[in-house]
Amino acid sequence: MDTELTRLTAAEIAAAIRGGEVSAAQVTGAHLARIEAVEPRVRAFLHVAADQARAAAAAVDQRRAAGDQLGPLAGVPLALKDVFTTIDMPTTCGSAILDGWCPPYDATITRRLRDAGVVILGKTNMDEFAMGSSTENSAFGPSHNPWDLGRVPGGSSGGSAAAVAAYEAPLGIGTDTGGSIRQPGAVCGVVGVKPTYGGNSRYGVVAFASSLDTPGPLARTVLDAALLHEVMSGHDPCDATSVDAPVPPVVAAARQADVSGMTIGVVPEFTGDGVQAGVLARFTEAVELLESLGAKVTEVSCPHFSYALPAYYLIAPSEASSNLARFDAMRYGLRVGDDGTRSAEEVMALTRARGFGAEVKRRIMLGTYALSSGYYDAYYGKAQQVRTLVIRDFEAAFERVDVLVSPTTPTTAFPLGERVDDPMAMYLADLFTIPSDLAGNAALSVPCGLAPEDGLPVGLQIMAPVLADDRMYRVGAAVEAALDARRGYPLLNDAKGLA
Amino acid sequence: MSSTSTATRLVAYDEAVSRYDPLIGLETHVELSTRTKLFCGCPATFGGEPNTHLCPVCLGLPGSLPVPNRAAIEYTIRIGLALNCSIAEWCRFARKNYFYPDMPKNFQISQYDEPLCTDGWLDVTLDEAEAAPYGTGPHTFRVGIERVHLEEDTGKSQHMGGATGRIHGADYSLVDYNRAGIPLVEIVTKPVEGTGQLAPAAAHAYVKELRDLLRALGVSDVRMEEGSLRSDVNTSLSPRGSGRWGTRTETKNVNSLRSVERAVQYEIERQAAVLDAGERVIQETRHFHEDSGITTAGRSKEEAQDYRYFPEPDLVPLAPPRDWVEQIRASLPELPAIRRARLQEAWGITAAEMTDIRNAGALDLVEQTIAAGATPADARKWWLNELARRANDTGTELTSLPITPADVARIAALVGSGALNDKLARQVIEGVLAGEGSPDEVVAGRGLAVVSDDAALAAAVDEAIAANPDVADKIRVGKVAAVGALVGAVMKATREQADASRVRELILARLTQS
Repeated sequence: MDTELTRLTAAEIAAAIRGGEVSAAQVTGAHLARIEAVEPRVRAFLHVAADQARAAAAAVDQRRAAGDQLGPLAGVPLALKDVFTTIDMPTTCGSAILDGWCPPYDATITRRLRDAGVVILGKTNMDEFAMGSSTENSAFGPSHNPWDLGRVPGGSSGGSAAAVAAYEAPLGIGTDTGGSIRQPGAVCGVVGVKPTYGGNSRYGVVAFASSLDTPGPLARTVLDAALLHEVMSGHDPCDATSVDAPVPPVVAAARQADVSGMTIGVVPEFTGDGVQAGVLARFTEAVELLESLGAKVTEVSCPHFSYALPAYYLIAPSEASSNLARFDAMRYGLRVGDDGTRSAEEVMALTRARGFGAEVKRRIMLGTYALSSGYYDAYYGKAQQVRTLVIRDFEAAFERVDVLVSPTTPTTAFPLGERVDDPMAMYLADLFTIPSDLAGNAALSVPCGLAPEDGLPVGLQIMAPVLADDRMYRVGAAVEAALDARRGYPLLNDAKGLA
Repeated sequence: MSSTSTATRLVAYDEAVSRYDPLIGLETHVELSTRTKLFCGCPATFGGEPNTHLCPVCLGLPGSLPVPNRAAIEYTIRIGLALNCSIAEWCRFARKNYFYPDMPKNFQISQYDEPLCTDGWLDVTLDEAEAAPYGTGPHTFRVGIERVHLEEDTGKSQHMGGATGRIHGADYSLVDYNRAGIPLVEIVTKPVEGTGQLAPAAAHAYVKELRDLLRALGVSDVRMEEGSLRSDVNTSLSPRGSGRWGTRTETKNVNSLRSVERAVQYEIERQAAVLDAGERVIQETRHFHEDSGITTAGRSKEEAQDYRYFPEPDLVPLAPPRDWVEQIRASLPELPAIRRARLQEAWGITAAEMTDIRNAGALDLVEQTIAAGATPADARKWWLNELARRANDTGTELTSLPITPADVARIAALVGSGALNDKLARQVIEGVLAGEGSPDEVVAGRGLAVVSDDAALAAAVDEAIAANPDVADKIRVGKVAAVGALVGAVMKATREQADASRVRELILARLTQS
């Protein structure tokens, strides 16, 4: 029974709870048991909040007993990336500098989850301050890919993706700054969504790069992702960059799952050199599938996408160098060297030297350099110009097509340790996801099969215009339905890492 | 790099300005009196128990985000319009990055190359009394305004255990973040040329005019002693008539109008000595010492920090709609200089008398007292003499005295009608301030009334004459000046309630009639 409960989708769980077939307490209990069983191998969580989860589930059951109308995800368990503040759980961002920090406030999204009766199981592992593509930059050790425990689950939201793929939770939440939801989603064989920038509140999301950070859902089905998307999204007066516009009808779009009449653009810049053969094969099949489902497919060149990665590695570190300045040992978090003889400046320096990992330091230094007087125009200024060109590429493309598609990542999940000493190789994992972060438009990764050479999942990235998130759900759900029908069972059944 | 070796050498002021042209510039920070802070809902009030006006946003906690306060933006635009500035159609906040424990995020949200208001001016007039100490007559300067921008204030560090209260030598430091996030407007002048020997007075007069303007706009408490108005003064010298600009110093910790003037004067005397010695003025921040009136070297600007300004990505650009700006412009009050000129004319007083009223902070009070029926002369007399003295004695502001302009007008009216004399009026004021009620209630309660009934005074006059036969004799032989002693005796006997002029008449009548 318990194993069966963890195999259900979020939509199925919510319906079963609403219908009284199962209690929220049972569902939560089943997932906590699963966590206990597989966590030693997956290490998706930094903190499991069993007591709070049981209390939240009990509250949902009470509300149901009292005759309250339950929301679409009431009683559904969720794995929350450890970058969202939670008043009743630690928030570390995968960093030693915040080890043990318990925030005095909930993020807006945390609050919305609680209000919707979503049961937060705990906080998931991540690359330190969301900087990385493998979770290997976590101060608390890496998470493991449920398809192959010797491989990375992607990152930075690798903990949430691994938890969803390992059936520890039907839903996860991550943040995407350069691909940090879609890339782990792709390499773990689950759905990962980066909504339109500003569609989801950043209040209470510990900032990496403010102009890029975008919270979004991870789930095993496109419909589940859409259900979570609608619960998370919407205008937040506490976030000045939050968009005051209606949430796109993503659930309806996921249910529609129909691409007939749509025009789909293939980005040729992302289907050439450097893409793993099996990834390209699965991508090409997915495009053919879309055509067979009634979509018109055309090629749309986006010439400036090739410059997106270097521009990103100036803009994101610049903002990070400023955002991370607050970790100075004065008010919260780690404090090193405060022995009564050292000055505040010395304590700050010692704390930051010990508290930050190598990648965080690298990016702080990159960003500090790029913003320096005399270099600003050549680096930060130029990168912002490139960003404008990337936005224009998207605008021109979306005049011709409804959505753009590409592989989500150039390769499948790589082995743990393979790229830790090669930052450039690590950065390339986000080559295809970064343009949508720079432009702020929506993008979704949906599994489109396994690469024949390694038997690991491949993601199809679907990019939609700003505030047209619903389009990518339509396309993603159509691909998912067709592939599941062809295969006869969900892709994740092939994941053997925990077998 | 310290310049203390030259700090002790000074050139006499008159000599310094005879050979050097001073150039001044001022950067003024004004805490706005909005109800809440710039980017969160915490109260923006001064003081309070340390670290009580806080939330995740103004404490810069991880994950928190700023949301701009509309009122603070409106106040900034008000200031910009009153200073004849252009209001930007589109501008942005920027982050100023540097590490300091009293700054919660280790960056300050400020404005950099896109300020909200630019390119304005403020006319500043030095009257006779203000210019006289510098050996010149009245003078008006037009001070150019470079920019007016909005930023958040920092917290406040308190360095404990040291002798000086400064960070060097302190055992430990405490930080109060209540001030962090209070909206702060920075007003930067263009370099003010051509002030000559009047540079210190011009600096003083500029800050004073600005203070009055900000008060009239209702955007700040403008209390220099509480730090809600803080001016940094830039000073440089160039050889007289050279037309070149010298290296400037920036003097901080200038906490009163008088200090503004003293700081500029001291820097002129000090820099002249440096230049006379053939040395270079070091571009640096200097610290003004209220007690000794000198400045000492702080951080050198030549090794200045790189603040790595960049547009604040947590905020969207600011684009004040033109119709909103015009609404604000239409709501501006009459500006202080124009108002002073109008009232001076209406009241028929001299510029010096107006300066006295202004310096006493009594302009509103005098105006309201006149509106309540008093003559300009009476309103001025009571506020600037008796009430100013009492405010001074108790260390309160004139405006905080528990007496209204209507009360003062009533007292003046009672004196005017002969019901009170000045001495009794002062007792009425004392009663009102002591909370005994309105002037009429105090008069009734204390039984204060001028005794001008001749019959009632006759006995007292007779007694006084009988008690002072020598004085009486002098008067009888024509030494009328001696009457004062007898009048005093009668007044004393009647507990000051007699009409002194009537007493004088009665005494003279008794002693000079045959």
